[in-house]
Amino acid sequence: MRALTWHGKHDVRVDTVDDPEILNPRDAIIRITSTAICGSDLHLYDGYIPTMQAGDILGHEFMGEVVETGPGSTLQKGQRVVVPFTIACGSCYHCGKHQYSACDNGNPADNQDIGQEMYGQPMSGLFGYSHLTGGYAGGQAEYVRVPFSDVGPIVVPDGLDDDEVLFLSDILPTGWQAAENADIEPGDTVAVWGCGPVGLFAVQSAFLMGAHRVIAIDHFPHRLELAKKFRC
Amino acid sequence: MTMATDDAPPTTSKLNEERASAIAAVTLPKGDDLIGRAVTINRPRDELFAYWRDFSNLPSFMDNVERIDILSATTSHWVVKAPAGRTVEWDAKITEEKAGELIAWTSGEGSDVPNSGRIEFRDAGARGTIVTATIAYDPPAGMVGKVIAKLFQREPAMQARRDLRRFKQLMETGEVATAAWTQKQRDEEKA
Repeated sequence: MRALTWHGKHDVRVDTVDDPEILNPRDAIIRITSTAICGSDLHLYDGYIPTMQAGDILGHEFMGEVVETGPGSTLQKGQRVVVPFTIACGSCYHCGKHQYSACDNGNPADNQDIGQEMYGQPMSGLFGYSHLTGGYAGGQAEYVRVPFSDVGPIVVPDGLDDDEVLFLSDILPTGWQAAENADIEPGDTVAVWGCGPVGLFAVQSAFLMGAHRVIAIDHFPHRLELAKKFRC
Repeated sequence: MTMATDDAPPTTSKLNEERASAIAAVTLPKGDDLIGRAVTINRPRDELFAYWRDFSNLPSFMDNVERIDILSATTSHWVVKAPAGRTVEWDAKITEEKAGELIAWTSGEGSDVPNSGRIEFRDAGARGTIVTATIAYDPPAGMVGKVIAKLFQREPAMQARRDLRRFKQLMETGEVATAAWTQKQRDEEKA
């Protein structure tokens, strides 16, 4: 398959690599139909994230069609799914409390050492985001292997286009969480500093949570234009 | 020595010296012949004990163990990977067993790598079971010994920690997590 691979600072290439295979019972293989570039992919591109290795496949915001499933997957061939970037097992203590980013098992045993050394505790696995988070191949590729596919992927109902659901993989929940952390109550006035994609999702989330008025703050006129379209 | 002023783990300390020594304490082998590690597993104690007690299960999460043959209720034969495609072997005998609580073993005479260890299981309330492994080993002298020592001293504490993590993954999720995306890659990782 073709895949976007990292080779060093400011050096990413579209390479031909092996197609992914089902390796564990709960795996699924997804044929990618849409993928986004995240702001945090720039940190990889600019060489700020340690533990990247030449040939690592990038991409943690993606969706596609299920083409193959392991015997423990709950997905079915032909289903369209959005895949959240966190690789969580669904069975550990933290997953039981919906603390998926603290999953004990999504990160392979060998790569947990790095997080343990840096932070005192390993973190969950992520797609396409360095060996600190597992060294998993990402979704800026034609196909991807999705571990624990019975936990993360969201099956997309018919009638919704990729563009309407793709951002469930990362950036919409990121903006939503920012609004959630502000404990917004009906009738509140809310200010959002920074109106890039995350900020604009925070704006829309604030309205959904009942904010009466949202003030958008940014120094790029075109971002403020977009914010106005969302009633800011 | 500078004292920490908050309750964060010392491995995350803002004080360089304190952080470095805490990380070393976690990652470096303590001496070269005795290691102990613990992990908390979100499964009942009896279930974990039963899986471990069947030694033929151990290679499913111990990547450096090629196979274990069961010889009798208390004895088994271990074949363990060594560098350059070689293997080292020994017979192990269970020396102490308390159902659901602990298993202790020691290698028999003439072992390539004399070793002994114990695995203990303790209730951890809502978090499941705390599993503690203690392993002692004695690499022999000489050329063969050097090769074997390299295998075991490669970072024995790290090997034990990884084995316990894989045990946890297998018991909690039914599989051992891997970032490989082809079978060939996974085989190379385990080799």
